[in-house]
Amino acid sequence: MNALSDAFAWLATPANWQGEKGIGHRLGEHLYFSGTCLAVACLIALPLALWLGHIGKGGALAVNLSNVGRAVPTLAVLVLLTLTPLGRYGDLPTLIALVLFAVPPLLTNAYVGMREVDRSVVEAARGMGMSGRQLFLRVELPLAYPLIMTGLRSAAVQVVATATLAAMAGEGGLGRIITAGFNLQDTAQVVAGAVLVAALALLVEGVLAALGRFFDPMRGRALSQDD
Amino acid sequence: MGGRNCLVANDWVCAEYVRTRSEELTDATLQHVGITAASILIGLAVALPLALLARRGKAFAGPVLGLTTALYSVPSLAMFSLLLPLFGLSAALVVTGLVLYSLTVLVRNILAGLEAVPEEAREAARGMGYGPVRQLWEVELPLALPALLAGVRIATVATVALTTVGAIVDYGGLGGLIMSGLRSDFKAQVLTASVLCVLLAVAADLLLLALQRWLTPWTRIRSGRAPGVRTAKVVEPA
Repeated sequence: MNALSDAFAWLATPANWQGEKGIGHRLGEHLYFSGTCLAVACLIALPLALWLGHIGKGGALAVNLSNVGRAVPTLAVLVLLTLTPLGRYGDLPTLIALVLFAVPPLLTNAYVGMREVDRSVVEAARGMGMSGRQLFLRVELPLAYPLIMTGLRSAAVQVVATATLAAMAGEGGLGRIITAGFNLQDTAQVVAGAVLVAALALLVEGVLAALGRFFDPMRGRALSQDD
Repeated sequence: MGGRNCLVANDWVCAEYVRTRSEELTDATLQHVGITAASILIGLAVALPLALLARRGKAFAGPVLGLTTALYSVPSLAMFSLLLPLFGLSAALVVTGLVLYSLTVLVRNILAGLEAVPEEAREAARGMGYGPVRQLWEVELPLALPALLAGVRIATVATVALTTVGAIVDYGGLGGLIMSGLRSDFKAQVLTASVLCVLLAVAADLLLLALQRWLTPWTRIRSGRAPGVRTAKVVEPA
């Protein structure tokens, strides 16, 4: 595997880490794009999905949204936004596209999570005299938590991937290392950039999976049902 | 807006563009369909043995499902780039990348379909003297067909959208038109190619839905839908 060792040699070259086109700056851009947009997408999608799930309405919207999201090519949206007048405002097209593609997995999973909460548990909570607010905070939210986290993980992976594609539309981020490598016909640089992006995506997924398990409100409670 | 002006004015919607470049559009669409179809067919051919392997027990299911899920998190641009040293700038590179993505959904759905086959049906087949191969082809696979086809629909729609990224190695079907439209600031070309791409995904989905209804008429009687919620939890790579 010559290509792979060339790629690691490229990564090991200190000069490739410095400057505006260096790995350090590109990684910073990537994390900044991804983090901001994921936060904005959460602020938009989660309250809406949890509320719709709580009142039990809007299911068709929540489920179809992710089907629509699948059919629309990310690259097309990025390029279309870049060519609109929004393209004059630097990073704005990328940021909008990132939010657009992060919302469907968040919304769908949080909604499905809320609706999949066992109806008999909800009925029992109502029978105990819980108010809508108590029901939401103490029953529905903890039980829907695993799926909400699945949605967050999917959205994060999606955002990292979309931020990579932004390079094809001329924006920054780690994808720029790949596209620059293609322009220079430098296979080592292309593979090195791809290794960085893939590692970042898998790392983000892994960290979020670990955090999700650590903060699970139902962690360790399953056993208490036996006694 | 009318006639020749929309090309000069660089309008988003331009009938003149569609008329004068219809050949270019047709070529790109055909390439797009070809790449998608090849990816899904090869994906099915690879996913079936993997699902059968995963069915053998937890020792196989863990690695197979883990690996295909990990592949799904790799961004498409990185996936295609990682395959560059192996395939060079070729359509095979794009098809291989898309096959790897389709495996996640296909293996999961085939496995779910096979696991939902009632044990009585298997026992009956064995009792009638069916061997393992005949049992798979004549009893288990037909019963797993609704879940399998649901997976094919999801994978196909995602693949149509992902094919555009193949433009990075000049085999992206309509994605190539999107990228060259970006470079020359040609709005009509970008919008037309993008809309065609979405229409292609919708058309493929409807076609597969018709195929699903034709092949599995019994599912409508029980009004049982293929595992939709299960698959909704998986998100598509970009």
